[in-house]
Amino acid sequence: MTALPSRFWGRLGFYILLLLLSLFVLVPGIWMVLTIFKRSSDLYNAQVDPFLYHPSPTLKHLVYLFTQSPFLTFALNSLIIGVCVVAITLLVAVPAAYALARLTGRWGRDSGMALFLVYLIPPTLLFIPLYQLVTALGLANTIWSLVLVYPTIAIPFCSWLLLGFFKSIPATLDEAAMIDGNSRFGAFRKVALPQALPGIAACVVFAFSLQLSNYIYAATFVTSTGAMTVSFGVPTEMIRGDVFFWQALMGANAVVAIPLTIAYGLLFNRLVMGFQSAEGG
Amino acid sequence: MQEGLPGAPPRAEAPTSAIVDRERALGWLMLSPALLYIVAFVGVPFVLAILLAFSNATVGNPTSFHFVGFANFARILQQPQFLISLRNSATVTLGTLVVLVVLATITSELLARDFRGKRLVQIVLMLPWAMPVSLAAINWLWLLDSQFSPIDWIFRQLHVLGPGGLFGPSMHFYYLGRTDLALASVIMVYVWRMLPLATIIVLAGRLSIPRERFEQAEIDGAGFMRVLFRITVPALMPVLVVALLFTGLLVIGDMATVDLLTRGGPGDSTQVLPYWAYLTGIQGGDLSAGAAVALFLLPVLLAISIVVLRYAYRSEDA
Amino acid sequence: MATLETRGLKRHYGKIAAVDGIDLTTAEGELLAILGPSGSGKSTLMRMVAGLERPSGGDILLDGRSVVGVPARKRNVAMVFQSYALYPHMSVYDNIVFPLKSYKVPRERWKAKVDWAAGVLGITHLLDRRPGRLSGGESQRVALARALVRDPEMFIFDEPLSALDAQVRHTARAELRDLQKRTNVTCLYVTHDQVEAMGLGDRVAVMKDGHVRQVGEPANLYFEPADLFVASFIGTPPMNLLEREAETLGIRAEHFRLVGEDQPAGDEDEARFRIRLDQLEFLGAEWLAYGHEERGSEETRVIVRFSQDEGATVTPGRVYEFAVPRRHIKAFDKQTGLRSRAGRSQQPQD
Repeated sequence: MTALPSRFWGRLGFYILLLLLSLFVLVPGIWMVLTIFKRSSDLYNAQVDPFLYHPSPTLKHLVYLFTQSPFLTFALNSLIIGVCVVAITLLVAVPAAYALARLTGRWGRDSGMALFLVYLIPPTLLFIPLYQLVTALGLANTIWSLVLVYPTIAIPFCSWLLLGFFKSIPATLDEAAMIDGNSRFGAFRKVALPQALPGIAACVVFAFSLQLSNYIYAATFVTSTGAMTVSFGVPTEMIRGDVFFWQALMGANAVVAIPLTIAYGLLFNRLVMGFQSAEGG
Repeated sequence: MQEGLPGAPPRAEAPTSAIVDRERALGWLMLSPALLYIVAFVGVPFVLAILLAFSNATVGNPTSFHFVGFANFARILQQPQFLISLRNSATVTLGTLVVLVVLATITSELLARDFRGKRLVQIVLMLPWAMPVSLAAINWLWLLDSQFSPIDWIFRQLHVLGPGGLFGPSMHFYYLGRTDLALASVIMVYVWRMLPLATIIVLAGRLSIPRERFEQAEIDGAGFMRVLFRITVPALMPVLVVALLFTGLLVIGDMATVDLLTRGGPGDSTQVLPYWAYLTGIQGGDLSAGAAVALFLLPVLLAISIVVLRYAYRSEDA
Repeated sequence: MATLETRGLKRHYGKIAAVDGIDLTTAEGELLAILGPSGSGKSTLMRMVAGLERPSGGDILLDGRSVVGVPARKRNVAMVFQSYALYPHMSVYDNIVFPLKSYKVPRERWKAKVDWAAGVLGITHLLDRRPGRLSGGESQRVALARALVRDPEMFIFDEPLSALDAQVRHTARAELRDLQKRTNVTCLYVTHDQVEAMGLGDRVAVMKDGHVRQVGEPANLYFEPADLFVASFIGTPPMNLLEREAETLGIRAEHFRLVGEDQPAGDEDEARFRIRLDQLEFLGAEWLAYGHEERGSEETRVIVRFSQDEGATVTPGRVYEFAVPRRHIKAFDKQTGLRSRAGRSQQPQD
C-alpha cells in the first residue's frame, strides 16, 4: 500500500477526488432510491425540489412491484439461472484452466490472451443461430435455454483468470503432493484447488454478474412473461409504450442492485487478488 | 525404525497407469468440456451466422438457405446507416475507453492507499457493475429525462439553466434529445457502468508494482505527477491493455444500452452496429442482413485484437 | 531398504539430450550424492527416479523391479524439494499427515507417526503453525518430517540446503547426515555444491552434460579424478591444471613442496616446477598463494597451499621452485580429457 499524501493540500485533494468519484458512482443510485417512494403527482412535477418528498413518501409502488407485477417471477428466474450458470461455468472452467496451466505444455501456459479471441465473436452475431439451435432443442421460451447458453459468456474469461491463478502456484507443490501419494488429479483436488479459492470467488462474481446483465439472449430466446429474466422482463413489463412505471422500475432495480453491490463490494479485495494472479502470469 | 506403512504398495506390484496418470490424456480430458462448450455454442453458431449472412433468410422464412453471395453485404454498404453506425460504434467505444483509462487510473491510485472508510468506497464503487445493463440504462434514462431530470433542476438552481442562466433561457439540457449530447450521454453511461471492472483490473496491476520503485522515486525527489507519469503509467501499460481490451469488447458488442436509452436516436446519431444488426434482423425481419451487419464488427475487432496481442506478447518477453 | 539401479537411462527433449545413458547403482542405506553444474542433467535424473518425468530410454529399477511407467505415488520414494514445497493452506501438522492420508494409513496411527517424525526433527512445538510463519531452517525440518513419516524406501533430496543462510547450513548438514545414518534409508542427494557432496556422500557421482563422469567415494574422486572435468570441479581450491605438449598435468595445491635453494636436484620420484607467486591470502590455519607457472611464452595460473609457518616466509613477486611427488601428478589426455593410462609424467622442461 502506498501512503496517503503527506501534505495538507495533497490530502485534501485526495479526499476531494474520492468524494467526486463516489458521487459520480452514486448519483444514479441515489436518484433510484428516491424515486421509489415518490407519489406520481410528486414525480411528474418539474417545479418542486426533486430531492424532497411533496407530499409524503409512499410504499405503494413497492407493493405493486411485489404483488401485481411479475417481478418476483423474474427475480426467481434470474436467481435459478444464475446459480446454474455459475455452477456450470466453474465445473467447466476450473479443470480447463488447470489443464492449461499444468498438463498441456508450453502452448497451454501461453494461451491466456488467446482465450480472449472467443470474445471477438459478438453476441449480436450469434443470437440468431443460437435461437434456432435452442428452438431445435425444444428449449425456446424456457429458462433452460439461457442456462444452456449463458456459460459461454463467462467461460473464456474465467478460464483466463484461473489460468493465471494456477500458474502463480508453484508446480513443485503439485509434484510434492504426487510424491506424497496422489495421482495428478488428486494433487489438483487437494493442493491446487484450495489455493485457487480467491480466483474462484472472483469467477463466481463475474459469471453471475455477466449472465444477469445479458440482454440480447434473454430478449430473443424468451418471449413469454413467465420465463423472463430480470434483465429483459423488467423493462418489457414495466414500460408500456411511452408509459414508464418509474417507481416500480427503480424498485426492481434497487432490489436487484443493492444486495449485489454489497456482496460484490465485500468481495472486492478477493476480486483484485484474482486479477493480480491472472495478470502476473 | 517404524514398521512399513500398511498402505505402502506391495513389492511385487506390476506397473499400472490409470488414466489419471497419463498427464496429457488427463489434460485433454479436463479441457474437453470447455472446448466442447465453446465449439458447440460459439463455434458452430458462428459458422451458421456466416452462412446466414450469405443467404436470404428472413424471420418469416428462417431456414431458407439460398446462397445469395455478397448481395446482403452490398446492400448494407449502400445504406447510409452503415457508415453512421460504424462511425458511432467507433466513437462510443473509443470515447468510453479514453475516459475510462483516465478515471480508472485515478480511482486505482486512490484505492491503492489505505484510508478510513475504504471498505465503504469499495462497496459503493461496485454499484454500476451490480446493476444489470438494461436496468442501469433505465436508471440513467430517468436521470436524464428531458422534463424531470434532477440534474437540470440543480443547474436551474445554480442559474446555469433557466432565464438569465449561463446556458439559458432553456430550462433543460436535452441530454438524450440533442444529437451531440446524446452521444456523450451514451458514453457517460458506458463509462459509469465499466468503471468498477476497469478499476479492479488496473488496481490489480497497480498493487503489483514493487514498492521500491516508488520509494526510489521519492528519494530521487519526484513529486506526485512525475511519479504518476514516469513510473505508475509505464508500469501499468500491459495491465491497461487488458483492461481496455476487455471493457472495449464488452462495450462494442453491447446493444442493450442504446436500445433502452436512445433507441439509436435522435435520428441515427447514436445508432451503433450491434443495435442496427438487431433492428435489421429481428424488427426488420431480415435475418440474413442482420447477420451480415454483425459480421462487419468482426474484422475490426480482429485487427484490433491482433495489434493488442502482439503488444501484450512482446511486453511479456521484455 | 531399496536399491536403486539405472541402466542406460536417457531423457531427450527433441534433439537435446538432458540425460544420455546413465548407469548407476546404489547400495542399501548409502547416501549417494549426485553432483554437477546446472545443465548437467542431475535434476532430470532425479525427477525420473522420483517418477515426475518419463525416461526416453533405458530402465530404472527400485529394489529390483522396473518402475518406468509407474507413477510417483506408487514408488514409495520421498522427496524434499529445494523450495520445500510445504502446502501453504495447511498447518504443519496437516502437512506432515498429508502423505499418511493419501496412502490411506488408518486414522488411529496418524498422531503417533506425526509425533514421532516431529520428535526426530525437533519440531513438535511447530505443529500448529502455518508454513508462512516458519523460518528457512524450520521449513526444511518440516519438509524432512513429511518425508520421514512415510517410512519410504528411498529419499531424494533436491539441493535442500541451498535456501539456507551460510550459518545454518553447517549445522543443517550435520543434522542431515545424522538423520540419514540413524534411519539407514538410501538417499539420493542432488547438489551443485561439491563441498556438500563430498561432505555428505558415502559415494559421489559427478555429472556433466547428461553423463556420469565418475562415481566413487569422495577420497577416490579427490585423489584419482577420472577426467579433467572431475579434477577441476572437485576440491577447494580446484586442482591445478598445467598444460604440456601431449597431456595436461593435474596437481593439488597442497602437494607442492617448497624447495630450498640449497637442496639437491631431486630424486626420480619427484618432479620440479618453477612458479612465480603473485598474491598471498592469509586464511588463519593456512595460506593460499596465487601464482603463475611460466613456460616459454605461456603462463598458467597456479594455486599453492602453504602451512601456517611456511606461508609467512614467502614473498610475493618471487619465483620459487617446488617439488611434487610423482604419485600426486595426474596426467590427462589433452584430446579426450580422460586420465592417461601411463601415469608417469615427464620432466617439466619438456
